[in-house]
Parts: sequence; C-alpha cells; structure tokens
Amino acid sequence: MSSIEERVKKIVAEQLGVKEEEVNTEASFVEDLGADSLDTVELVMALEEEFETEIPDEEAEKITTVKLAIDYINEHLA
Amino acid sequence: MKGRRVVITGMGAVTSVGHTVADSWAALLAGRSGAAPITAFDVSDYSTRFAASVRDFDVSPYLSSKEARKLDTFVQYGAAAGIQAMEDAGLVITEANAARVGCAIGSGIGGIGQIEKNTEIVRTAGPRRISPFFVPGSIINMIAGTLSVRYGMQGPNLALVTACTTGTHNIGLGGRLIAQGDADAMLVGGAEMATTPVGLGGFAAARALSTRNDDPEAASRPWDRDRDGFVLGDGAGVLLLEEYESARARGANIYAELTGFGMSGDAYHMTLPPEDGHGAALAMRNAITDAGLPADAIDYINAHGTSTQAGDRAESRAIEEVLGPAASKVAVSSTKSMIGHLLGAAGAVEAIISILALRDQVAPPTINLHNVDEGCNLDYVPHAAQERSLRHVLSNSFGFGGTNGTLVFSQLA
Repeated sequence: MSSIEERVKKIVAEQLGVKEEEVNTEASFVEDLGADSLDTVELVMALEEEFETEIPDEEAEKITTVKLAIDYINEHLA
Repeated sequence: MKGRRVVITGMGAVTSVGHTVADSWAALLAGRSGAAPITAFDVSDYSTRFAASVRDFDVSPYLSSKEARKLDTFVQYGAAAGIQAMEDAGLVITEANAARVGCAIGSGIGGIGQIEKNTEIVRTAGPRRISPFFVPGSIINMIAGTLSVRYGMQGPNLALVTACTTGTHNIGLGGRLIAQGDADAMLVGGAEMATTPVGLGGFAAARALSTRNDDPEAASRPWDRDRDGFVLGDGAGVLLLEEYESARARGANIYAELTGFGMSGDAYHMTLPPEDGHGAALAMRNAITDAGLPADAIDYINAHGTSTQAGDRAESRAIEEVLGPAASKVAVSSTKSMIGHLLGAAGAVEAIISILALRDQVAPPTINLHNVDEGCNLDYVPHAAQERSLRHVLSNSFGFGGTNGTLVFSQLA
C-alpha cells in the first residue's frame, strides 16, 4: 500500500496532466501545475473518490496546494 | 456567391476509413467500407449491431491527455480535424489578423456520450459526482471554442445545428461571412460521435438504420433495390475557408473556390422528405443560381444518398428536375456507401470529398449498388471510381426537420 502522499501525488499528476516527478509537495495547483478553477473542482472529486471521503465545498476551496491536500487527508482519514 | 470570393486552403478529416484526409480519400477511391460490428459496448439487445465507427484513434498528436479527458469524443474528432486543416493551410494567426479569423463548426447531436455517462452517475452516485467538465465538454459549440482558444482566433465563433445538414450549413454560412466581410478566414465543418447506447438505440427506434448485421460492409447501399436504411458513421470534417485575395497574397495552396450555397426547408414532415424532392430541388437550384452557373455546368454530385428508400428516390427526382437533360450525364455518387452517415459531420466530410474529386478529376464510387431501384435513373458511379473531367461539383445535405443545404465548388478560374 502506497503512502497517502504518494497516492495524492499520483492523482494530482493524472488530473492535471503533469508528470508525477513534477508534483512537488509545496506545489500550488493553479500557480505551479497549470490548473484552472474547474480543474481544482475535479481534482477534489478525484481525491474524494480515492480516499472514500466527502470534502465539504468550504473545505475544498482551501485545498490549493499538494501539501494542503495531503494534510487534509491525513487529518480526516484517521 | 455575391461579394468577395471564398476559397478552400486547408482540410482535415477523421473517418472510419482513415484518420486523415489523405488516408480517407485513398480508402474511398479504393471502394473500402468502414462499417464493422460495434465493440465499444454490449449491442446484443440492439436490432442494429454495427456502425462505421472511428477505430483506434490516437488523439495525442492533437490534444494533451488533460485536454482530451475533458472533451466528449465528438469534440476530440472535431478538434483533430480542425488542427489538421490549420496545419494543411499554414495560416498563422497573428495580432494583425486574429480578429478577422473565426470558427463555425457544429454537430447534429453533440455530446450524447457524456450526457449518458453523467446521467448514470447521477443515478448511481448522486449529483455531487458530476464532472465540472460535463457541460463545457459536451456542448455543441465546444469544437469552435477549443480551436479558437488554441489558435487565438477572435473572429465570429459559431456552431450551427441543423441535424444532418449541419456540416453543409456551417460551410455555406461561414463562406457567406467571408464574402460579406465579417471575417477574412473561417474554420468550418462538423463532427459527430453518436454511436453510443442511447444514440444507436434512438436511430434504431426511428427505424432509420440498416439491420444487415451479417454483412455490415454491404449494408449501406444507396439506390440499390435491397437497401434497408442507413449506417451510422462517426468522425469529423473541417475546412479552412479564406478570402481569395488574402489567400493568394500569402501564397496559400488553393484547393477550390466555394462558388455557390443554397438552402431550403421541406415544410413537409419530421423525418420524411416529400416524394417529389421539392425541398432538395430548391436548395440545389438556389446554390447553382448563387454560383452564377447554368444547371448543366455541374459535372459531379456528392449526393446526400443515405440508403433509405424515400430519401434516395426524392433526391434522384430532384436532381432530374433541376439539371433537366443534363441529369443523364452528371456523375452522382454517395460516399455514405463506405463511411456511413456522419450526421452533423456528413456535409463537411462530403464537401472535402467533393473538393478532392475536383482536384484529382475523379468521381469516387457508390459501392454495394448491384440492382438499381426503380425511380433511380442517374449515373451513380457504381463499384469503382471513375476518371472524369470535372470543373464544378455539388454536394447535398438534407436533415430531419426538413432542413436542406447545397454547396457548389469550382476549379479556380
């Protein structure tokens, strides 16, 4: 079983059409990885699916970097 | 056409017999059929189990995986054909010309595949699971949208929707925009991918499709006594139209001139044409008049010819009426006998075929025409392509709702 970090980075790479090695933990979806607002909506949906959880819209809006996504999953997937 | 002259300088196509214009054209001249059993979904409960689908299409030369994932397949086909046409034409969009270049590319049905998929998602997983790209990725004008973004085309951005006349209308009206001065170049055409569970089922329910499941390649047989309906086809055709003087000034390769465009409405029935083909005749007459030609100047007709009894007969009668005595010598073929009926893309792909016929001085064949049905009295170029002397060619499209369009292309004079 891969770590949460690896799983998040894999999904980010797939959704945003970038190579996995380009997905740095500190990367911002919009500024560094070329996402637009709809891309980030879909990315959050993919995270919800992967981790079988529901991320409320007000929380989803705050997930703007790879690190914030990993942190959110870690906190809510205990 | 009144106003400025309009020429064709680039063409792109994706069909069941080839994923480029060159490959499609070679297959059509060889009389090859693209019809085959449907394998993309379970068709065991369907009365028709084959189609002229695009198979093993690689979108990666045209769109990134991230772009492609957001777009319904019909948009992917249309974008690929549009990119081919732009590369073929070599027109570079600059700050100076961007506002004068536009797009008019439609579809008959649009993103029915994505509509079906997301309908299923709502049922099984709820509305929160609908993709944010469902709406933008499946609406009909998204081919024009995608290509305008890619190339920075800031001129008119349209997608006319008129069922199976869509491709023809987008070309004709795109040409008019150039002739009248609204734009100097227009990327025009149509795309379709309706071979989906609901799309196939819908056309089957309308009793429009051939059910010759034991021999798909012989199913599309326009004007043949044993025809039993049309064959669904998928794909796209896109052309770059340019104002003649500007195309010449940049040294563009000019395929042909768009000399005539005509339209009409049957005002008769939802799906059937009138027996005398008066709507078809009116569209053809309007187009030939628009071209400033006598009716006997038309050397080749790429017919709508869907392989339905009512449609084939009505179109033949219309051609006889409009061309008069010249109808006996005009070459008339239906390339739907090979690539099936591409609905909203049909007119665009068939315009490209007509232009290539003009360029290469050859009439592509109507395959599967073994016993010409009564009421069909023209030279349908059966079985094999024929070398012909062609100066003016005509392409017909007729659609559900009784919407008709005709284009005339001519050798550059």
